[in-house]
Amino acid sequence: MTAEPALQTPEEKVSYLAAGHSVRSWLLTTDHKRIAILYLISITGFFFIAGIAAALIRLDLLTPQGDLLTNEGYDRAFTLHGIVMVWFFLIPSIPNTFGNFLIPLMIGAKDVAFPRLNLLSWYIYVLGGLFTVYVLIVGGVDTGWTFYTPLSTMFANGHVIAVAIAVFIVGFSSILTGLNFIVTIHKLRAPGMTWGRLPLFIWSHYATSLILVLATPVLAVTLVLLASERLFHLGIFDPALGGDPLLFQHLFWFYSHPAVYIMILPAMGVISELVSAAAHKRVFGYWFIACASLAIAAVGFLVWGHHMFVAGQSIYASAIFSFLSLVVAVPSAIKVYNWTATLYKGDIRIDPPLLFAMAFIGLFTIGGLTGLMLALLAIDVHVHDTYFVVAHFHYIMVGGAVSAFFGALHFWWPKITGRMYSLIWGRISAGLIFFGFNLTFFPQFILGYLGMPRRYHVYPPQFQTLNVLSSAGASLLAAAYVLPFFYLVYALRNGAPAGPNPWNAAGLEWTTPSPPPKHNFETTPEVDRPAYDYPLAKRSADG
Amino acid sequence: MSRETTLLVAVWAALMLLLAATVAATFAPLGALKPVLNLGIAFAKASLVFWVFMHLREQPWLARLAAVAAVAWLLMLIALTQADLMTRSLF
Amino acid sequence: MAEHVTLTEPYVEPRQQRQADFMGMYVFLGTETMLFGGIFALVFAYRTLHPDAVAEAARHMRLWIATANTALLLTSSLFVALAVHAARRGGRRAVAGWLGLAIAFGAAFLALKGVEYWKDYTEGLMPLIGPHASVRDGPAALFIDLYFVATGLHAIHMTVGLTLLGTIATLVGGRRKGVPSQAVVVEMGGLYWHFVDVVWVFIYPLFYLARG
Ligand code: HEM
Ligand SMILES: [Cu+2]
Repeated sequence: MTAEPALQTPEEKVSYLAAGHSVRSWLLTTDHKRIAILYLISITGFFFIAGIAAALIRLDLLTPQGDLLTNEGYDRAFTLHGIVMVWFFLIPSIPNTFGNFLIPLMIGAKDVAFPRLNLLSWYIYVLGGLFTVYVLIVGGVDTGWTFYTPLSTMFANGHVIAVAIAVFIVGFSSILTGLNFIVTIHKLRAPGMTWGRLPLFIWSHYATSLILVLATPVLAVTLVLLASERLFHLGIFDPALGGDPLLFQHLFWFYSHPAVYIMILPAMGVISELVSAAAHKRVFGYWFIACASLAIAAVGFLVWGHHMFVAGQSIYASAIFSFLSLVVAVPSAIKVYNWTATLYKGDIRIDPPLLFAMAFIGLFTIGGLTGLMLALLAIDVHVHDTYFVVAHFHYIMVGGAVSAFFGALHFWWPKITGRMYSLIWGRISAGLIFFGFNLTFFPQFILGYLGMPRRYHVYPPQFQTLNVLSSAGASLLAAAYVLPFFYLVYALRNGAPAGPNPWNAAGLEWTTPSPPPKHNFETTPEVDRPAYDYPLAKRSADG
Repeated sequence: MSRETTLLVAVWAALMLLLAATVAATFAPLGALKPVLNLGIAFAKASLVFWVFMHLREQPWLARLAAVAAVAWLLMLIALTQADLMTRSLF
Repeated sequence: MAEHVTLTEPYVEPRQQRQADFMGMYVFLGTETMLFGGIFALVFAYRTLHPDAVAEAARHMRLWIATANTALLLTSSLFVALAVHAARRGGRRAVAGWLGLAIAFGAAFLALKGVEYWKDYTEGLMPLIGPHASVRDGPAALFIDLYFVATGLHAIHMTVGLTLLGTIATLVGGRRKGVPSQAVVVEMGGLYWHFVDVVWVFIYPLFYLARG
């Protein structure tokens, strides 16, 4: 590995980073911490690939005529952007890096339940990634990330099969990770680590894993059906034979709506940790947050039809889905209230992790509230397939989930690498990300409401100002995302040794040296206190 | 035969009887009841296999839950797609 | 038998490891349920949308071959269950023997399935290749194609299962895996085999018995 830090401090010399320096020792490792790093490097690569596609999109949208790309080229740019961001960055982002690194540490285990499956999961991810890169090189696809039939089966002339294979394969990496986390959380908790003492990060990863194992296989079979219809001319969704393309949408969204919770639940877990550590206070309403995660995982499976309101779905079914979509917002709202209440009268330190957490809370709230608007039948007829929808999900997925990813990076970087980075630069980049994000996506709400449809690059001239603003925001955002790369990597060699617990946070992971030793704990820890056992909580409990 | 093997063979015999029953039901004049019966028998067979052959009877209840949770989720998928298909022609 | 289990990383005691193995396998089989479940949901959908065409298509399926195949699979499951029972009691040869029988029955299933596909081919039920039966002109074709996907996917799982059982029989028979200390290998292979059997138990009524 090129970014190998010079291992100088005593902790580093006996850490997991010191357990072999050869490429082989990394590629054949079964240590969950090293696998997390492998994932971190690979998802960063895909984040950049998809980011370049986004840059192309935003550049093209600077002018109403769409001067940069052809119609076909534009379709391919947004399809690639969506596919890579969703399956190769956002879904694995927090679970496969921070989940992998932290779950065993947080529950007091030596590793995950099936360490070799864990490594296999990474290889499967890489294999799927290679297919994606292949598709990229040979020219891409133009179906959108949703692969709707009959476009994808009969008319699209991109590399649909290859990209379906890529997504199919990467799904198995999700499944293996989810399975591993479920069994790990059930069977490997240290003595005394009862369910009620688990950090909320664990609860949210447990809920995420349930979705991973229950939803992903449905996507897999849907892609198999799609591929066999395209390749062998089976009539599965073929309207000419009396088949129903809406059935494809049912299956696709049965996976893909829960998949949006795969992206947001781990982020919520991160925020619970960040907020309580910044406030040095026990999380307000522990059981509400824990159960809200499970409720989201369960109810999140019952709302997929809100993507099909104007697609020809029965109005009765739409009414049911609309109602259930309003219900699923309740547990999300509970969490937002509880994080806010946690900060109330806390002993707060404004460090980069807290700034990212605050960005998350604000942006997620906007994204969630606009989700509620979209879930109302009448509003959705107006704004379906417009930039309003695009803004809605970017507020949640980018403003929410990606901010949480960066928050996690800034919070656990000292634990993972043993070095402290520049807090000043951390604060600056959190601020820039927040500002750049809003400048990029807020105009899109207005654009959508005024009627600009998504997925077209030619638009009426009166929309240009807002589009230029959005593109300006995008360049700022891009710069802000690259910034941490520099000071974090710089800190690998030049940062001050972080010590075991730089934030004075509670949690088992902060009781180990930074970076942690290969087997995490010298002796299996015995847990005798609840999570977030901060002195402040005790003080207020005493009155 | 030990008690354990007797049980295994008994389960097999029950499975074969259920198979015979489901074939018989297919040719009986049962009308709309037929698919219900046939699926019911399939569930009965599956339960026997899961409970005895697949060791659910030896497992703690959480593991049992893990083994059958997917069925509940599948039912949600089927129920809500049907909610769409069955009510489309209502207006 | 927990006393002579071989312990591996990250576990600290045999019972914990054994429960983790079982739970992992059950969860994995849950994912398989959802995989086939997607197809089943479509079967129900087309039953609702085109009830007559589905019944007509089902009458073209070979009920008796499928019935024989169901019996073969259920019996092979009994043999696998007996192999697991033998493994738990340390009967190395018995494990290999029962697994061998199960494999024979499983292979017979695949052979019969091949005959069935051949008949489908000559009758003109297959998409893309062979003659074209008139039943393929309307919505019945949707159901027939789902049948090919479901049984094809199941046949792939059967092949994986047969390979798995074959490997386990060789490992245990050749003392490379000891019983009962590593009986869990037989148990896990068995779980997979039984599950593939259960999938067929549902394919059978959903396709072959749906003749209206
Ligand atoms: C608070 C709960 C939420 C509700 C009620 C909600 C509601 C909706 C609705 C009704 C749509 C369809 C709009 C249309 O196409 O006309 C939609 C689209 C979307 N939502 Fe949400 N949403 C919620 C949370 C989320 C979350 C947490 C994420 C991601 C992490 C997300 C990501 C998306 C995406 C990606 C789309 C667009 C899919 C596409 O057509 O490409 N939503 N949402
Ligand atoms: Cu949705």
